[in-house]
Amino acid sequence: MSDNLSQQVSSIIAKYENPEESLIAVLQDVQSVQGYISEFAVKIITELTGIPSSRIMGVASFYAGFRLKPVGKYRIMVCMGTACHVNGAERIGDVVKRVLGIEEGDITEDGLFSWEEVACLGCCSIAPAMMINETAYGKLTPDKVQSIIATIREEESR
Amino acid sequence: MRFLLGYGSCGIASGANDVLSSLEEVLTGTGLCVEKVGCNGLCFAEPVVELITDDGESVIYGRLDRASAKALAEEALKGNLSDKNRLTEEELGFLKGQTRIVLSGCGKVNPESIASYMENGGYTALRKALEMGADGVISEIEKSGLRGRGGAGFPTHIKWKSARASRSEEKYIVCNADEGDPGAFMDRAVLEGDPHRVLEGMMIAGIAVGASVGIIYVRAEYPLAVKRLNLAIKEMRREGVLGENILGSDFSFDFRIMMGAGAFVCGEETALLASLGGNRGMPVTKPPFPAQKGFRGKPTNINNVETFANVPWIIENGGESFAGMGTQSSKGTKVFALAGKVKRGGLVEVPMGLTIKDIVFGICGGIKEDKCIKAVQMGGPSGGCIPENMLDTIIDYENIARTGAIMGSGGMIVMDEDTCMVDMAKFFMDFTSKESCGKCVPCRIGTTRMLEILKRICNGEGQIGDVEALVELGEGIKTGALCGLGNSAPNPVLTTVKYFRNEYDAHIVDKCCPAKKCTSLISFTIREDMCKGCSLCSKKCPVGAISGVVKSPFVIDSDKCIRCSQCLDSCKFGAIEKISGEGM
Repeated sequence: MSDNLSQQVSSIIAKYENPEESLIAVLQDVQSVQGYISEFAVKIITELTGIPSSRIMGVASFYAGFRLKPVGKYRIMVCMGTACHVNGAERIGDVVKRVLGIEEGDITEDGLFSWEEVACLGCCSIAPAMMINETAYGKLTPDKVQSIIATIREEESR
Repeated sequence: MRFLLGYGSCGIASGANDVLSSLEEVLTGTGLCVEKVGCNGLCFAEPVVELITDDGESVIYGRLDRASAKALAEEALKGNLSDKNRLTEEELGFLKGQTRIVLSGCGKVNPESIASYMENGGYTALRKALEMGADGVISEIEKSGLRGRGGAGFPTHIKWKSARASRSEEKYIVCNADEGDPGAFMDRAVLEGDPHRVLEGMMIAGIAVGASVGIIYVRAEYPLAVKRLNLAIKEMRREGVLGENILGSDFSFDFRIMMGAGAFVCGEETALLASLGGNRGMPVTKPPFPAQKGFRGKPTNINNVETFANVPWIIENGGESFAGMGTQSSKGTKVFALAGKVKRGGLVEVPMGLTIKDIVFGICGGIKEDKCIKAVQMGGPSGGCIPENMLDTIIDYENIARTGAIMGSGGMIVMDEDTCMVDMAKFFMDFTSKESCGKCVPCRIGTTRMLEILKRICNGEGQIGDVEALVELGEGIKTGALCGLGNSAPNPVLTTVKYFRNEYDAHIVDKCCPAKKCTSLISFTIREDMCKGCSLCSKKCPVGAISGVVKSPFVIDSDKCIRCSQCLDSCKFGAIEKISGEGM
């Protein structure tokens, strides 16, 4: 597993002429293979490029797009944009939290779900909205949220 | 006959894929196909299909699903234009009231085909700009009066002139496509729906300032936009409108795409440049301006997506025709993203100089469920709330600024009587305090202190003097912060205090939320005289706070109740009441 990750990180870094200038892109690529940015991945980047791990962590922790904890197979992103807020986004977050039984940013024990509040998804016309992985869901109600999560659970248990 | 399907992110989220497969099924073997186009801004009616007959008649269908899409296509093949799902005359007023420059291709051209863009006049402006040369282009932009559409409204030609005047072999054009303003989605629509227009605008800027590399800094949250930009660049190279000696000239240009990583502050030019260099997006003091010392220390010209999207039209039609629209100080059109409690939300492009009322009531049909409008929020977290009695304000940079809001990137969130203005102020302050980069004290600590006070007020723990403290802090942050984020962060609070002081006082003095939004200040009760004892609310209640015997009135245990409103939404008899203040 760790050897595999080293290899993947090393081929990511090789893509960039100047990994230091492209640090954000490097981290995005690493995140896309690992789902998040682990301490181990940071260590490998430092070993391969000489960029101090403090600087890497400084960048990774600055941007909301980087995750320092693993995410679920289904990553639920509840939109907290203005239009969603006006249309009751807080309630949607509460329902997700209650149905999954975990706090924001955490992952369910079976590793299936994690959820987080995110900045505007730009789907304001279908507010309140959320995204699960790459799929956007709109015009949500507490019932709709429950049934979306239940459907995924059911499909997974098959 | 042509079938144009709106295939942007929001269309897809509303079910465009179902409509697509359904239409394709019917059209198989007919020689016709579905053309996937960008979002035409009719967000309220998604998924949308425009049917263009052989005679050129256009009919727009909305709110489609599998079955209705199938039906309309089958009828169309028989030569009948079905009335079902057809947008009404009133709904079409949404499009008729608009003047589209930036959005002219959205919903018309196939964003995944350079041929489609060229058929619609694409890249003729580039050819013309190459003939005009740098001075000619800049003078045309100057005549047009184009100002930055990203928020601040800085005259575009001054930026371009300044970057042109900087001596360097190496210069950059940067497109700020990191649309982070919550409630604004016009840049996404343009990038997804008509990417070539933005790229062409950037290249013309390249001719003007003498740059040969264009960098698009785009939100990672817009994967479809990224995909279409990449495809567009590939096609441009193939068609010879990109690379060395473009269209036989001595002008060479190439693009790079960089994905943002989610930081609102990167909308600030110097923060964006830091991010492009692989650093934390923290602003620095200006000067030097990016036009002198930008990406890699070289002269760099940064404009927003919408600004670039205006450029090809200006070059083709002349700066004077652009300047013929708008007001004394603000020329041309502006795209607004309408959302919130408005009947017909979506993208609206109108000449500057209309009033806010013209847009909200004229084009967008007024308020959902015909409730009362309370305010329109403009400019997002940097803007402010404009109250109902000021909706006659003329839209241009100066008039909007006079209200305490800003034009910003053009987000307009419409709020009705159910929106609590203190809660809105808290919402925006929560956003800016999280997005503050932390570099300067007024912004980092000031926004946190303001948020603490607002939270207290919403929790019913407000004290006399809180509003005065908010104003004092706000004014201090505005003058003391380093960059635009901090300078404008207090605006949502200051404008709501200015126009909705009574709501603050109600929270602080009466411990009452007039809009019945702040959960600490509301409670739910069941009216005995109206409850039929159907037990639905108690089944819906997620925390078991409602109890009773079937066919007799139920009761809510206020201590258990989490104020989620599900009982209120589920009751068919209107027996559940939300109360705030006295009587709680």
